[in-house]
Amino acid sequence: MWKYVLKRLLLMLVTFFIICAICFVLIRILPRDLPQDLNLAELIKARWEALGYNKPLPVQFWIYLKNIFTKWDFGTSWYIEKTIPVTEVLGKRLLPTVLVNFYSLIVSIPLGIALGIFAAIKKNKWQDQVISIVVMLFVSIPSYIYAFLVQYIIFFKLRIIDTPTLYSIADVGFDPEAANAWQAYFTPQMFKSMIMPIIALSFGEIAGLCRFTRAELTETLTQDYMLLARTKGLTRGQATRRHALKNAMVPILPMIISSFIGILGGSMIIEQIFSIPGVGDLYIKSINLFDYDVFMLDTIFYVLIGLLAGIVVDISYGFIDPRIRMGER
Amino acid sequence: MIVDENKYTNIPTEKFEFVNSGEKIHDTKFETKPIGYFKDALIRFCKNRASVAAFVIIILIVLFALIVPFTTPKSKATVMDTYYKQKAPRNVFLKENLGIMSGSKKLESNERAVLLELAKGVGAEFDEEEEIISLGASLDSYYQPVIKYKFAGENKLGVSSKAFYDMKIDTYLSVGFIYKTIEQSEYRKILEWEQENGKRVIYPLVDTANSYCVDANNANYWYKANAKGVPLTVVSNKNGTYDKPNGTGNDDVVKSLEFSEDLVLEDNYKRDENGNLVYYTYSGGGSTETAMYNVRILYYNYYQYINGFEPNYFIGTDSQGYDLAYRMATGIRLSLLLAVVVSVINLVLGAIVGAIEGYYGGAVDLIIERLKDILSGIPFIILATLFQLHLAKKVGPLPSLISAFVLTGWLGTSSRVRTQFYRFKNQEYVMAARTLGARDRRIMWKHIFPNTLGTLITSSVLVIPSVIFSESMLSYLGIASLGGTKNTSLGTLLSDASTKWTDFPHLMIAPAIVISLLMICFNLFGNGLRDAFNPTLRGSEE
Repeated sequence: MWKYVLKRLLLMLVTFFIICAICFVLIRILPRDLPQDLNLAELIKARWEALGYNKPLPVQFWIYLKNIFTKWDFGTSWYIEKTIPVTEVLGKRLLPTVLVNFYSLIVSIPLGIALGIFAAIKKNKWQDQVISIVVMLFVSIPSYIYAFLVQYIIFFKLRIIDTPTLYSIADVGFDPEAANAWQAYFTPQMFKSMIMPIIALSFGEIAGLCRFTRAELTETLTQDYMLLARTKGLTRGQATRRHALKNAMVPILPMIISSFIGILGGSMIIEQIFSIPGVGDLYIKSINLFDYDVFMLDTIFYVLIGLLAGIVVDISYGFIDPRIRMGER
Repeated sequence: MIVDENKYTNIPTEKFEFVNSGEKIHDTKFETKPIGYFKDALIRFCKNRASVAAFVIIILIVLFALIVPFTTPKSKATVMDTYYKQKAPRNVFLKENLGIMSGSKKLESNERAVLLELAKGVGAEFDEEEEIISLGASLDSYYQPVIKYKFAGENKLGVSSKAFYDMKIDTYLSVGFIYKTIEQSEYRKILEWEQENGKRVIYPLVDTANSYCVDANNANYWYKANAKGVPLTVVSNKNGTYDKPNGTGNDDVVKSLEFSEDLVLEDNYKRDENGNLVYYTYSGGGSTETAMYNVRILYYNYYQYINGFEPNYFIGTDSQGYDLAYRMATGIRLSLLLAVVVSVINLVLGAIVGAIEGYYGGAVDLIIERLKDILSGIPFIILATLFQLHLAKKVGPLPSLISAFVLTGWLGTSSRVRTQFYRFKNQEYVMAARTLGARDRRIMWKHIFPNTLGTLITSSVLVIPSVIFSESMLSYLGIASLGGTKNTSLGTLLSDASTKWTDFPHLMIAPAIVISLLMICFNLFGNGLRDAFNPTLRGSEE
């Protein structure tokens, strides 16, 4: 087991390293300009010289890696936030992304699983059919379309929330530059403005989870051991709870775990629509403003999340279900 | 027992005898037609009503995309009409008879704006001989942009109060008059056209020199007004007097609409020394043919003069002034084309790589699997961004987008094919084929590959909605932009609408509905195919 985990981790690290190298090269060879601002241009030029921009690419990559391992220096943001280390820029933006996605998961996991169980128990009855149709709609329709719908109904029509997008830190009464700026995201006012993106994010999550739960549970409900459980004298509820549900959870739990890793990445499109100052928003900004160091870090970040999610799902199977022996052929 | 082998070697022919001569052999011919794998799938697919309905809707959308560009008049499709942009759906026939699709928009505006709209209708009814009609009478005018208006209340703004109206206007007619410089020859042509059709295009110019002119560039201010845009009025209500509503002693606040619909505006047309109306001014050019005239035209009729028909747009116009139905049709075409191309390339590439991996196994498999690990580790959005940044300028945004889709798209297909090859390559029939001397290629494609076809077709169909979604997402985020003057994509239309949809909802509604329909239908269709191609589900429906 541990050997398998170690092997997977090592393989992941190798893959991660290769992808990073490819992305590094592809980003470094992009055409780049110096800004109009002469002071800034001078600064950037000096910095480029230090990072060996005139040297061959492998040397540049070596310098990049050396800076990361010795100084934890991933580069500097020049345009999004002037002359601030990119790690800091990204760090600031993690909180809103994580918070919004975390709230959305908290809402959608219980709801999704409950609806899925309900649909599976009422299989082929009208309740199941209604749920199936709604789930089908929400799985298929692109998330940004119901994001717009949510915005239209809640803000433009009903006026429940008085802002179409997220409040900025200054709106809530905090100084964006101050050290306690992160507290702004925990104020009730900020939470209220987060409701719309949370709803928009939850629809898809609930629908996906509901569909998955229903499929898994209906499969376990028709297994032979369920018949045995009933013959032993268990009621339908008892048999479902103690036997079917536990078995159905085996594939569902890894999915939930991977969603929890996925909240780090968030949804770019939702962040754009509700102007959440998050990681996805940073990504778009870095491309538009040609802030390549930020772009590189964001790329590394997304790659790492994707790989981690995949590996955690694989490994968690082994922990959740003792019958599954990992690494066997 | 010793068998004498020679005994059986040369048996004379006459010693042979038919085993069952004279008896009818029953199993040589099937009574019914054989049902193959695909026919069976088709039969079971047809039983799935939702999938069939989805398929029909897909066909309808494709037909829409194919037919609409041919039925759209060329002028609508290719000319960017800067005056008629972002206009709501309109159909003259339906507007006249049912009052729907009137290209209308609801506004809440102050009295000055209502007056300006009403005045457009009055101005369009201008005739040299007749008196200028009142605002009330102009409501019946064909060119009256105001469909209805209602007093909504007064807003206290500081000292003075302003009356507000709820107004519904035809946004096409609301364009009203514009100034335009045309050649003399065209001027003559328009006059001829006016004679033929009995519609007026060229209207008298407005005197922009005097102090009654509010805005020299806005051709709609044809009436005399003060600097604040409040008209100097000639009121002819029943008493022939101008009554001020109670409580407003301020001259600037004309509450005329509130109490009198008989308000007649005094015109501010340009007149020459003899008092005749001026229809054009000379603005440059040499000979009689190339001389340029500055004229004031009613755009609604000018549009008819140019195109030969009234402005009818079934879905409205987009933010650049193109016919939205036409843009949507080209958008659907491009999105579907992109999706289908990607799906086919993925299918072919994935099948070949997966077959090689699965059939040969060993080191080849291991190397390709590691390569796939690396490729699948790159998030699609990053891949698409890098491709756009590097390739879009060289080969165009569409090919670079296709390359991004293809680079990782075949991974799923190849994995599916690979598992199927692992499953089937050691089966007896494959061994039989090999014993009979079939080459590798033949075994791979003739014997094993057909087993994977069902799942492959299903996954290729399901790729289509995901490509459409990814494209629209990338367009929305501004990473890829496929929009141009000739082509556009559904995602581009949506991202274009995203900044304007609160004011012009039709820009968002139409593409959103089509994209949602496409996604839903392709998913339903794909799921139906998956069930139909899965032989283990056979008989489970009954």
